[in-house]
Amino acid sequence: MRIGVYVCHCGGNISEVVDVKAVAEFAGKQADVVLARDYEHMCSEIGQKMVQDDIEEQKLDRIVIAACSPQFQGITFMRTLEDTGMSPYVLEMANIREQCSWPHFDKPREATEKAKDLIRMAIAKVRYDEPLERKTKPIGKRVLVIGAGIAGIQASLDLGDAGFEVYLVEKNPSIGGKMAQLSRTFPTEDCAACILSPKMADVPANKNIKLLVNSEIEKVSGYLGNFNVTIVRKPIYVDPVKCVACGLCEEKCPVKVTDEADFEVGLRSRKAIYLPFDFAVPHKYLIDENHCLFLTKQRCRLCEKICPHDAIEFDQKPQKKEITVDTIIVATGYDVFDARKKPMYGYGKYKNVISSLQMERLIVNAAAGAPIRSPGKRIAFIQCVGSRDEQIDTEYCSRICCMYATKLSQLLKRSDPTRDVYVFYTDLRAYGKGFEEYYKRAQSTGVKFIRGRVAEAIENPETKKVTLRVEDTLTRHLLEFEFDLVVLSVGLQPSEGTSKMAEVLKLAKSSDGFIQEAHPKFRPVDTLIDGIFVAGTAQGPKDIPDTVAQASGAAARAIRLMNRGVIDVAPVTAFLHENLCDGCELCVEQCPIEAISMSDGLAVVNDSVCTGCGICIKHCPKNALDLHCYTNKQIETVVEAALADKKEDEVRILVFADDTCAYRLADSVGTNKMSYSTDSRFIRVPSGARVTPNQILKAFKQGADGVFLGDCEQKASPFRETVKAIDDNVTVVREALKEAGISPGRIRYATFVTIMLGGMVKHVNELSALAREEGPIPAEKRKSLGQAAMAKAPRA
Amino acid sequence: MVEKIVVSEKNIKFLKKVQELSGEDIILCDQCGVCSGSCPMVAEMDITPSNLMRMVQLGIEDVMKSKTMWLCASCFACTARCPRGLDLSKVAEALRLINLRKAIDQIDINNLSGEEIKRLPQIALVGGMRKFTS
Repeated sequence: MRIGVYVCHCGGNISEVVDVKAVAEFAGKQADVVLARDYEHMCSEIGQKMVQDDIEEQKLDRIVIAACSPQFQGITFMRTLEDTGMSPYVLEMANIREQCSWPHFDKPREATEKAKDLIRMAIAKVRYDEPLERKTKPIGKRVLVIGAGIAGIQASLDLGDAGFEVYLVEKNPSIGGKMAQLSRTFPTEDCAACILSPKMADVPANKNIKLLVNSEIEKVSGYLGNFNVTIVRKPIYVDPVKCVACGLCEEKCPVKVTDEADFEVGLRSRKAIYLPFDFAVPHKYLIDENHCLFLTKQRCRLCEKICPHDAIEFDQKPQKKEITVDTIIVATGYDVFDARKKPMYGYGKYKNVISSLQMERLIVNAAAGAPIRSPGKRIAFIQCVGSRDEQIDTEYCSRICCMYATKLSQLLKRSDPTRDVYVFYTDLRAYGKGFEEYYKRAQSTGVKFIRGRVAEAIENPETKKVTLRVEDTLTRHLLEFEFDLVVLSVGLQPSEGTSKMAEVLKLAKSSDGFIQEAHPKFRPVDTLIDGIFVAGTAQGPKDIPDTVAQASGAAARAIRLMNRGVIDVAPVTAFLHENLCDGCELCVEQCPIEAISMSDGLAVVNDSVCTGCGICIKHCPKNALDLHCYTNKQIETVVEAALADKKEDEVRILVFADDTCAYRLADSVGTNKMSYSTDSRFIRVPSGARVTPNQILKAFKQGADGVFLGDCEQKASPFRETVKAIDDNVTVVREALKEAGISPGRIRYATFVTIMLGGMVKHVNELSALAREEGPIPAEKRKSLGQAAMAKAPRA
Repeated sequence: MVEKIVVSEKNIKFLKKVQELSGEDIILCDQCGVCSGSCPMVAEMDITPSNLMRMVQLGIEDVMKSKTMWLCASCFACTARCPRGLDLSKVAEALRLINLRKAIDQIDINNLSGEEIKRLPQIALVGGMRKFTS
């Protein structure tokens, strides 16, 4: 075996803390290491070439790169190896940046020692790396786009134009989303409907897009390349093929409905049979089943009688449709904040307090020559209603309210310069292109901006005018102004559809409730599930240009996966040491996804089904099951290497961190320069469930003073039932520790989503503190540790 | 005259002291002013509650000369509305404590007339003593 080790300086990121020369020298002395070098930037072209030349000249067959996280540049170095004709899987990265120099920036001596350990661990593992081939599997060109607001429309059009087969599913009767309701768009003041309606018309015109309105996603199962989707189409009681939208039915319908969820936000009533709005796509009538006299009380049927095309179909039922797609884009958007939750502003109670979305409609209708009501002469905007407010558990800024209030106030002022328009703001955030200029224009138009969050609104019971109480925080004067109309600049919240889809698709949500992206900088439209992307305000508040850019980005990321016709899959799957298997079948029922079957008295793992969680391994009484890339031998030698130089008075904590959440989380902790105990050594595993109780006990026997298993919360995990498996394993280990007189608190586990930075630090530090307090485990106690008593109960 | 503020160690010490006594993370106040607009006593105050918070943030000890903290009735209107979840009545209490711990009483029972003592409800007297004397 000929191993090459490369220690990267990362332009000071590593070398300013870790003594890279000493580390490289240490690496050079390890068995089978033919050469060890240190270099400024290993990921640069020169760095990669250096590795390739060495492979050629020194006949290296195993490579260790001590640099950043394998999550960061792993793929780069895999390609470096592949270009020389080597297997990309005989590479190990020692993570001496995110998990060493960054979190231990203040402890250069300990960091250097830890870096040596991390390299020793990588060498131990690389020794047993199998020269596996890259695996691929075929993938089709079908995409499901959920939500047909501007984000969903843009993504669908991009995909359809590129020749991909799109299912665009919208729960409302028309596409267009919130943008269709807006007056003009900031800062250019384009008419929203005028720029949106041509795009809406493009959707049915695109032969690659199948539009399904009035439809919701009920269930999704499967994975990248094979998502099975159940769609339910709600009955609309009108045959969309026969309906020509002549409007005769609407004239006859005796039922008037006013609903805030409508296009006109409750400002105008409509009939029980109605067209969603005048530029709706598809341009078809539908019946509101909650208000139709026939559907609620078995009376009327006037529409049916009048319709000249026999389009009314009262016997429609919900219809289910099953489709299979390769990728999914979630574009489920936002809901505006319900201002009733801030009762001090009187929304829903005072006639002259309205929401900003209602103001959009007032302006559109007035401009169209059909004013709904007069806005009056004195108008106030209250900012941050439903944003930046911990009283309602909404910490985030909704980003667009400053600018839409700036827009609406200007439109009002310009249409009648004698109006007095005030904007009461907390901080005015004009962060985008042309925004500051637009704000300045509003100031010069005569809109008055006052810095202060309004405390309360009081209605005069006779005149119905509304007085606002607010501190001008710049002069420290209390103001009490009376207004004809008060507009609440309501914030953005994850829509009902967004929350529902997060649930159905098992997507992680960030603390604000919006869908969590895979990486905030480099993977902003990927979700944590391969093949599912997010676009628009489902991911967080944003304006129209950002939404459109993100939608095109999501389309491009989906195309990137599907365009080649095949996708790479990691060869991490379970495999069998056939000579050890005695055909007991115990593993078959333990596999949560039924990837193991029996054939000729031996267990057989179905590679294309196996996701590589490793749960099966502990259930094999003969140790016949194993996992590619994380073999039993590798786990055990890495543990050994992590404990090899431990001194007598030292304590050491092993952290088995799953690849999807905990390992990435530990990287983020490092990136944020949050420090934690240097006693810790992280070992990357596909899931904590892969480490068997006996392997954990062995680690304790060999010198570990604490073991922590970090894993994904089940809903964010690519695997099934791993958390339960870990919980079982930890229970078993605890029992064994207790029996040996070792404190059971030395083993613990926690589940995360990738944003819980503080949680990770807390767990590692607490475990380290406990181990330090109780001291290293005495040798005789380690010796008395038994084998794990495995429960043989079948899987629930 | 416009006063020049030099933020020094002394200011930071003062801020820390108030943070410790009140248990509130005063630096989190983002000066939105909703407290001042909500305060039923603000018309009597020389500086607004949000101004008081700002002065403490900067560690300006002149805030001790203000009567705002003595006027705070601990009605919690500000606390109920503060978008950063701060409890301003605790901050006012902390400032009062700093004063009272120097054994500077704000009222003297001997200066109250017999008539006043007779007219005041007992609970107001007891509450007043607790709030205004060391």
